[in-house]
Amino acid sequence: MADHAHGGDYDAATGKTTTGHSWDGISELNTPLPRWWLYTLYGCIVWAIIYWVLFPAWPWFGGATKGLLGWNSRTVVARELDELRASRSAMNDKLAAASLQQIEATPELLAFARAEGAAAFAQNCSPCHGAGAQGSRGYPNLNADRWLWGGTLDQIHTTITHGARWTADPDTHAGVMPSFGRDGLLNKEEISTIADYVRTLSGNAPDAGADLAKGKQLFIDNCSPCHGEDGKGNVDVGAANLTTQVWLYGPTKADIMHRIEVGGGGVMPAWKGRLDESTIKALTVFVHTLGGGK
Amino acid sequence: MSQTLSPAAAKTPRFGEIGLAGVLAVLALLTAFIAVKAWTPGYAFHMVVLCLASVAGIYAIYLRYQKREAAWPPQELDGVPNYNFGPIKFCTLASVFWGIAGFTVGLYIALELAFPDLNFARWVNFGRLRPLHTSAVIFAFGGNILLATSLYIVQRTSRARLPGDLSPWFIALGYNLFIVIAGTGYLLGITHSKEYAEPEWYADLLLVAVWLTYFGVFLGTIMKRSEPHIYVANWFFLAFIVTIAVLVLGNNAAIPVSLFSPKSYIVWSGVQDAMIQWWYGHNAVGFYLTASFLGMMYYFVPKRAGRPVYSYRLSIIHFWALIFLYIWAGPHHLHFTALPDWAQTLGMTMSIILWMPSWGGMINGMLTLSGAWDKLRTDPVLRLLVVSIAFYGMSTFEGPLMSIKTVNSLSHYTDWTIGHVHSGALGWVGYISFGALYCIVPWLWNRRGLYSLKLVNWHFWISTIGIVFYISSMWVAGIMQGLMWRAYTSLGFLEYSFIETVEAMHPMYVIRALGGFLFLVGALIMAYNLYMTIVSPDAAEVPESRPSPQPRLVPAE
Repeated sequence: MADHAHGGDYDAATGKTTTGHSWDGISELNTPLPRWWLYTLYGCIVWAIIYWVLFPAWPWFGGATKGLLGWNSRTVVARELDELRASRSAMNDKLAAASLQQIEATPELLAFARAEGAAAFAQNCSPCHGAGAQGSRGYPNLNADRWLWGGTLDQIHTTITHGARWTADPDTHAGVMPSFGRDGLLNKEEISTIADYVRTLSGNAPDAGADLAKGKQLFIDNCSPCHGEDGKGNVDVGAANLTTQVWLYGPTKADIMHRIEVGGGGVMPAWKGRLDESTIKALTVFVHTLGGGK
Repeated sequence: MSQTLSPAAAKTPRFGEIGLAGVLAVLALLTAFIAVKAWTPGYAFHMVVLCLASVAGIYAIYLRYQKREAAWPPQELDGVPNYNFGPIKFCTLASVFWGIAGFTVGLYIALELAFPDLNFARWVNFGRLRPLHTSAVIFAFGGNILLATSLYIVQRTSRARLPGDLSPWFIALGYNLFIVIAGTGYLLGITHSKEYAEPEWYADLLLVAVWLTYFGVFLGTIMKRSEPHIYVANWFFLAFIVTIAVLVLGNNAAIPVSLFSPKSYIVWSGVQDAMIQWWYGHNAVGFYLTASFLGMMYYFVPKRAGRPVYSYRLSIIHFWALIFLYIWAGPHHLHFTALPDWAQTLGMTMSIILWMPSWGGMINGMLTLSGAWDKLRTDPVLRLLVVSIAFYGMSTFEGPLMSIKTVNSLSHYTDWTIGHVHSGALGWVGYISFGALYCIVPWLWNRRGLYSLKLVNWHFWISTIGIVFYISSMWVAGIMQGLMWRAYTSLGFLEYSFIETVEAMHPMYVIRALGGFLFLVGALIMAYNLYMTIVSPDAAEVPESRPSPQPRLVPAE
């Protein structure tokens, strides 16, 4: 047999011969390449060559081959974005032309604005306000009818456009609560007395033996300029209404004392420049119709 | 003692001993100096570790000199090559240790993804533990088993002892020192921030020194071989060693901020940096996790099956095709990015052509069992090896599939990628390594067989169920994630926010963690089995073998 020339051994199990070498007891059969393997490899190479001809493929001096199809990923992205914009443009134009009140009054516009607003909210707002706009400690719940900066369409629009305490925007909501404790405006005992009184504003029980009369006086002297003598707050300066069960930083006495101690307030970015006007309008309508709009 | 003391008068320190001790002495002084002036505590800690390691190295060289004979170790004993197995034993045990460590960290970060509260301190943050996991399994577990098996195989198939006396130990210990520096660095926040290339410049320098020594020792063994030809496994190992050297040097080209700072900046920038990163990254997969483990397969599968390799020709063709093509495939990690279209095209098409060359290894491994399929019933170790080849075949089909742009637009950035990686990592790299460990431990420690084949069976089934949980949950999670990201409402707006996709994947993340847990349990069973094999020489079990109906190899007529 021809395999004699290779000096190989006959392998009874496969009917083939070996190459004649052995390494640490391992020999190798002289099996030809499996045909299906070889033809699939050739098929892949042919496919690749066709692909190279049709699409940008090989670098060359001053660029690369462009491919017969003229395909280009940047063009594709631009085209797909144009198509998406075009599909929305009729409604977007109407949205841009209408006032916020008109949008809410027109069912077709309202449905579109809410769809756009929901998507924009999910992408931009949910990281802080939560996927269901339910908020969390320090981040307002937008489903409730309590609003730090006002809950009318125009007030919500202003808040989204300019943000809160967002120093890069000159028109941002600027009201900040003083750090009464940290800055030495009130001592620990006074803060405790005020906190007891503040809890009674919303019908919560003060600590036993609390001096509510003194608390009220301290509240009027220190807090009422913003929160009002009745504690109902003021949306012009972002002072919270203290007479409800909606608490941004928690209802316990310790929570309230901590707020009086450090003051301050949350920061919300100005979305003008990040989102276009029609998206901000859609967001405004979306937030307004969540349930708490005024 | 008298044996070792009597020739001491005649013995003198060798050039290598003085040279290495001298280099270590300089290193000890330098690292001590840097430790004092270091800008950050983490860096100072690393310099202290390196300083102590250098001093320990000098002491070890001294102790070794005290104990050794005056003459070089003989190349042959009783006509058989005097194989150098010491460093190999060390790397084998290190591989088991790092494997358990790496799988445990993997389980923890899988749980962190399902239950984010587990990120309770910065040292255990996902961002720091994730590179610890990947490096521990790839470079520590995989690297040590590769060092062990490659240095074992090259000796046995070349019938030659490793050249050098200290250098094989320098490779084994230096490599593991690199692992320790790299891993503790991640926990301390010291990182290059390049995926799979996180170790900072000074760890890289140590690695380069170790790797060049490894290259020299490996090549040296081949050059002094007693066999006329180089066995196929050694081609794969050599390709792996050479290519990894080039990749590491290219991707880690960096300029340190100062000798006293752990921070360095990569010389590449922008899209070039991304391209070089994935040229490195994909070939870390191609050469570190594929070519080298194919080398392992080409030895352990025929050895364990007792059969000749299926096709010599296929091994040549698929070897050259594989190493030629892999190097092009990196751009498929950068589809639909700033990378020019032509580079994306080449990355994708070369990945498709790579499909058959990859499968050449699968065919050659699988069909080596022709005539010995019955052994799968009786030998769970062979079963591990064969299932690893099946996973290899599956991953190397899935890889080209995912490199196709249309598929990639769905799969990219999703957990499908994680599933793909783990079918390769757990199924292929893990199982071929476990199979190799089950073979090599009894051979290195001169045992008749393993402590328990039943435990191998348990390991096999528990971890196989774990892998199935892992990869199927990641397929579901990944495809769901990709579909949710691209879902538009009828009015043309995105349907889901990112956080909704994360929420939807939570059950899959829990199942994935369960899969990882089972894989870890399997590995712990293996560690116990290997430990008992080493400590109880008489308890060995060997697979039953069917009496051969005819002699397997007879001279040709």
